[in-house]
Order: sequence, then structure tokens, then C-alpha cells
Amino acid sequence: MIAFAILMVAQVANGQAPAGDAPAAPVSEATTTAPATPLTVVLKWAPLLLKGFIFNIVISVASMALGTITGLLLGLGQISQRKWVAKLSWFFTQFFRNSPWLVLLFFAMFMIPFQITIGSVTIPLPDWFKAIIGFSLPVMANVSELLRGAIRSLPSGQWEAAESLAFTRTQTIWKIILPQCVKRMLPPWMNLYSLITMATVLASIVGVGEMLTLTAQVHAAEGGRPELFAPLYGFAGLCFFAYCWPISKLTQRLERRFNVKT
Amino acid sequence: MAAPQATSAPAWTPDQPIIRVKDVHKSFGSFQVLKGMSMDVKKGEAICIIGPSGSGKSTLIRCMNALVDITEGSITVENQEVNDPNLDKLKLRRKVGMVFQQYNLFPHKTALQNVMMAPINVLKQDKKEVEERAHALLKKVRLTGKENNYPGELSGGQQQRVAIARSLAMRPDIMLFDEVTAALDPETVKEVLVTIRELAEEGMTCLLVTHEMKFARDVADHIYFTDKGVIVEHAPPEEFFDNPKDERTRTFLGQIL
Repeated sequence: MIAFAILMVAQVANGQAPAGDAPAAPVSEATTTAPATPLTVVLKWAPLLLKGFIFNIVISVASMALGTITGLLLGLGQISQRKWVAKLSWFFTQFFRNSPWLVLLFFAMFMIPFQITIGSVTIPLPDWFKAIIGFSLPVMANVSELLRGAIRSLPSGQWEAAESLAFTRTQTIWKIILPQCVKRMLPPWMNLYSLITMATVLASIVGVGEMLTLTAQVHAAEGGRPELFAPLYGFAGLCFFAYCWPISKLTQRLERRFNVKT
Repeated sequence: MAAPQATSAPAWTPDQPIIRVKDVHKSFGSFQVLKGMSMDVKKGEAICIIGPSGSGKSTLIRCMNALVDITEGSITVENQEVNDPNLDKLKLRRKVGMVFQQYNLFPHKTALQNVMMAPINVLKQDKKEVEERAHALLKKVRLTGKENNYPGELSGGQQQRVAIARSLAMRPDIMLFDEVTAALDPETVKEVLVTIRELAEEGMTCLLVTHEMKFARDVADHIYFTDKGVIVEHAPPEEFFDNPKDERTRTFLGQIL
């Protein structure tokens, strides 16, 4: 029985569990009190765990969106001709880029109040909202640096040509520089998205009910049996892999295409 | 041609030099690139500036549209002082077109869009009218049929002609050409030079930094020879090529011809 369980664990963890075989062996030995097999446990809880996974995706998309918008602003700040704006933007970029994501998450969790009151309206700020803010901080810093790098990688002739055609600096940035940066930034930006998606499980540490939190709860609910550890967490790993791997493949394809074209 | 302008400078009349360069100095850090250059350019003239690399000729024309600030001296374009902290650079640049060695087309825009961008965004002109003009300009530089090609799909010579059309779309009074054929394959040099020659013959004021001696001889009204940041000698082309006065000019021409 134990040997079988270990085998199952290994198979589930590898994502190769043959569905047809699963019920066959244990049934013969099963008594009414015998614990369920790892696979049936995973299948039983899969809908709940997947709901948790969707929550991870929601957090990742929202923090990516927020971080991208703020990051583009910060990146533009870095190339500002106003010295103090450039300095300040540089500082924030470096600070948030070189802090552990978990620290930034804690930072957001404990610095942001649990509710804000504007006049007579009280808006609660739930944990998942704070998590989005927390994850958007490293996204912001990385997008800022991506933008700065993309701008710097453009030949200076683009600026000169625009200048000599009497474009203002703002017009040059919006009409000529930024459109050319989009293509350069897209692959690393998608990479960053993958990373932030995988990092959303950190939110379990601060008690947000995402997939890893639920996985731990399910594990506890099933009596914390050691043999369930690998299948349950393996399932979580598989979900992230299934989501992030295609993104990484697409990123590689884009990188190759852009390299050939320009 | 010259539109009336609200400046404190006395209004420019076409009988005055359109560009006046007086004792211009320029340093990059401790390195002196220009050590006192002077020249007058009349409206409609074609000027060729030749000289060894690093002699400051590119820097000189870049000063004329304020891409490079000068350290000392004076440049006026249609009586507008370029060496003036309050200079409206954008206004100056609308009058002075510039074409670069590396074309510097906007790679994310088609040939037609490249030509249309500045008039629409900078001069806020009507899109339809600009589009008609852009088609006419591309026809003028013999690129009809390439309107919808991106720069990456065009040859160097074709890209350079788009760049010329793009500058002309701003209806400048002066065109600056900074070694525009230096990066081109020999067989495409000619098509670009023909285009510039037509412009000069139509009466556009043209300043070219170039190594094309034959072109300089045929097209230029006046030739300036620069070396180590100074103008060594200047003369009409026949005199310059047939009877150079300065030893440095003779050495240079001896090497190049």
C-alpha cells in the first residue's frame, strides 16, 4: 500500500498518472475507513483549487496592469529633462527593483490601511487588493527600467531626425520613440508577467486566499497525511506550468521574429 | 518665399545672405572642433563643404539648425541669431531641413507616413492636403509606387530619397545635407545626387558636406575646404579644383582625385 502510494505520488507529481489505473488497485484493499487515494483527493478538491488559481491569475493581471501604467510613467520620469524628476524616478526604480518581492508585499500589506474613509464613505481595502498593490511595485520598477533600456537602445539618429523636423520633445517621445519601444519591450514584458504570476503564491504568506493557501487548507482538511503533500502541491505546480509555459514559448517566438525583422 | 516673422531681428530680405556664419567656435569639453569659421551663403546657392574627417564640417552644418550649440561666435539664418539662449529652435528648424548620412527614417512608418508626419504633427496642416503633397514629393524623388513600403524594405538610396522628401515636406528655405551619400552603395549614390542636383537647380539653398568631388564641381556655386576646425580656403569650383592656393588643399585633392 505504502509502496503504491509513493508510486502514485511520483506519477501525479509528474503529471502522468494514468487515470484508468487509479481506482483499480486500492479498491481491492479498501475498507470503509481506508483513506482515499491521493488522486481521488486531488480530483475531489480540484474545482476549489482551480478557483484559487483563477484568483492568482486575477491578482497577476491586475498588478501587471497597474504596474505597467505606473512603470511607464516612472520610466518617462527617468528620461525627464528636469533633473530632480529624473533623479527621483531613478531612485524609486532602483529601490523597488532591488527589493525582494516578498518584502514589497509585506510593505504593502502593513503600510496600507484596511479601509479608507472619504467623507462619509468608507471603502474597505481587502487583503487581495493590497496584494495587487504589493505585486505592482516590482512590476512598476521593472517596466520603468525596460522602458529606459528600450529608449536608450534606439539610435540617436531618431532623436536628431525628429529634432531637425521641428518636433517638440513631447511629440518626439509619443510619436516616434514610444511606438518603436513597444516592440522591443513586449518580450521582456511578457517574461515579467510570467514571473509575477508565479510569484503570486507569495500572497499565501500574508493570508490571501489564493491557490497555495487553499492547497494548504485542503491538505490540513485531509488530515495532513504526508503522502498527500506531493500530489496536492504537484497539482498547483502543474497549473502554473500549464499557464506560464505557453507564455514563455510565445515570448521566445516574438523575440525571434523581432530580431529577424529589425 | 520667406514668411513674415515676428522677431526682434531686422526682417530678412532675399538680397542679404540667408546664412551668415561669423567666427564660430565649438568645443566638446576641452576638444576644439571649430576654431573660428566664417561664411556667407546667399539664397539659392549650392555650397559644398569638403575636407578630411574630423575637420569639423559636419559639426558646422549641425550648428546651423541648432542641433549643436555653438560655444562662441554668431550664426544667423534669415537674420535670426542661432547663438541666442532665447532662440525658438523649433521655428528655426522649420526653415532648415536636414538629411543625414544614416537616413534616420522612422522605421515604424511607411515611406508616405514618414513624409507626412512632420507637417501633420508639427505644422498641424490638413491631412488630406499633406497627403497630396507627400505623393507629389515622392514622385519628385522618383519613388512613386513605394509609398506603402517600410524603410526596412527600401534600398539605401531609396531610403535617402524618402528622407529628402520628408525634409522637403516642411517647405524649408534651406536644406542641409550631412554626408548623405557616404553610407550608400556606389550604384545608388547617383540617384540621390541627381535628386539633390535638381533641388539646387530649382533654386533651393543647399549646403552639402560631401566627399563627392565630381558632384561638387558640377553643382556647387562655391566650395569651402575645412581642415582642423578652420576654413582653409574657399572659391568657386573651377578655381578651387584647377588652381588651389593652399598647400593643405593641394595635398587633400592630390589624395582624393
